[in-house]
Amino acid sequence: MRSTIRKVTTMWLTVGKPLQRLNQRYGLTCTVCVRQLHSSATQFTDSSYDGLYPGHIHTTPVQKALLAVGSGVAALQNPYRHDMVAVLGETTGHFALINLRDRMRNDPEGYAILTERPRIRLSTLDLNNMATLPDGSFGREYLRFLEDNHVTPDSRADVKFVDNEELAYVMQRYREVHDLLHTLLGMPTNMLGEVAVKWFEAAQTGLPMCTLGAVLGPLRLNARRLQSLFTSLGPWALKNGQQSRCVLSIFYERRWEQSVEDLRQELNIEPPPVTLSATKKGST
Amino acid sequence: MAASMRLLVRRAIRLSHRNIGVSSAGVSGRSDCCLGPSTCRCFSDAAGDRSTHFGFETVPETEKAKRVYKVFENVAQKYDIMNDAMSLGIHRLWKDMLLHVMHPQPGVRLLDVAGGTGDIAFRFMEYVRSQQERQQRRAARSMQTPSWEDISTNYTNEDVEESKESRAVVCDINKEMLKVGKEKADSMGISAGLSWVVGDAEELPFDDDQFDIYTIAFGIRNVTHIDQALQEALRVLKPGGRFMCLEFSKVTNPVLARLYDAYSFQMIPVLGEVIAGDWKSYQYLVESIRKFPDQEEFKGMIEDAGFYCVQYYNLTGGVVALHSGFKL
Repeated sequence: MRSTIRKVTTMWLTVGKPLQRLNQRYGLTCTVCVRQLHSSATQFTDSSYDGLYPGHIHTTPVQKALLAVGSGVAALQNPYRHDMVAVLGETTGHFALINLRDRMRNDPEGYAILTERPRIRLSTLDLNNMATLPDGSFGREYLRFLEDNHVTPDSRADVKFVDNEELAYVMQRYREVHDLLHTLLGMPTNMLGEVAVKWFEAAQTGLPMCTLGAVLGPLRLNARRLQSLFTSLGPWALKNGQQSRCVLSIFYERRWEQSVEDLRQELNIEPPPVTLSATKKGST
Repeated sequence: MAASMRLLVRRAIRLSHRNIGVSSAGVSGRSDCCLGPSTCRCFSDAAGDRSTHFGFETVPETEKAKRVYKVFENVAQKYDIMNDAMSLGIHRLWKDMLLHVMHPQPGVRLLDVAGGTGDIAFRFMEYVRSQQERQQRRAARSMQTPSWEDISTNYTNEDVEESKESRAVVCDINKEMLKVGKEKADSMGISAGLSWVVGDAEELPFDDDQFDIYTIAFGIRNVTHIDQALQEALRVLKPGGRFMCLEFSKVTNPVLARLYDAYSFQMIPVLGEVIAGDWKSYQYLVESIRKFPDQEEFKGMIEDAGFYCVQYYNLTGGVVALHSGFKL
């Protein structure tokens, strides 16, 4: 019985998706319809879902405001709560996401990404192939980054509170590109590297969450790193964030063989002024 | 004869209410442009699948228990913190009120079903301990100037008196919740007299006529078949035993009801997401409160199960109702 419901709902959804696109452009009826149809009921299975995309939870503006404040406080109290940082980004990033989406649309490669919707996950990456690539190639350096810093691309939280399916994908892409950005910029995942990447992202994307992270992140750095940040790393990150091409518009999955230097030139990013080494995670 | 007629009539009314409840949820969930779920529901009724509510969702009965288990498995670690945050600490007053109405004396046996993290059981042990102390103080005061006869009888009686130990059994279907409860007990140092048992409220792993008091606090709305749970309660209680149930109920005052609804649906899932990282479990929580029968209907269900002298007390304007009944 549940599979019948699922089949009918997916059928309706595939019919409804172009309707939704039409709706967004001409402000036709159905978003209210969709909301009533997909009540805010609970779903614990991945295969069927209510909402605009898997994991979507519909929220009222009041709830979004409460979430933004609550997640901000929670993230400040415990910066290791990545889910709270993610929620803060989703609830405050509406206009920045629209801006990013439009930039992607205007770029041919970005448009291809928006249509094909690639995901960066361990299941979609061919790690063995990437390990055989020459040193200095983007794929090999990314793999090295993952190993040195003991991170995995699967640790990104799913988007929950963005009320537009395309913008939700843009947000998800932003999260998944974050690690690749570390590789491009040559920044490790310690506090200083993260803050530098946040400055770059704040300048590039304009997401309020990045701006908040960029402003509050330095508070946890010691004096020596603060000096490094403000004199060399910071200005470099900001300048490159503003001048580089939109990093979300790059189809990284097709560029593993390209060399990092080449990619940097194409994106108009200067190499980092200081080489930082991957220290133990969590140290400042 | 009249009593059984009354029972049948009451049951018929209750059944019709429940059907209305389920179908109205279906209507509100539908919109003009979708026919899918409604036609599928027709199929399910025709096929004879028994379905029940899980929050505002309709699920097969067999699945509800599993889903509820998953919810409490997810929330167990942060359960107490969330209770304090959601009720602004008032849940402690509700539970204290339960104990106050219960007024247990030393020597009684308590069964706390869906007792999970042990709040009721801990309060119970504290209460009987203080009652016991009070009794001892009273006894001591009345014997300030004992005669030689009294002193000698006291020396012989002392050993016999100690066997008035109260015992509390905490029963829960969810192992995670019991684990959290046990850890709390160990850290608070209250382990004597407490037992922790895994069990289903619809099928309790105890013999008949075992307990003096049966409590279920904020658990009965998660049970799939509430009438079965009530019948089990009747079975395991001794004659003269008391059934007590704390549960969220219908708010009587309309102004307070609006505020309560707004608070429940806007704030509580947000709190769940921020504090426990789990929106959906707390969405289920507030929806399941709305699906539970109101004070009078629940009183009727308790009477149908066979309890006598059933009454209820509204706490916090009806947000919580404390139902009590006796097995005679």
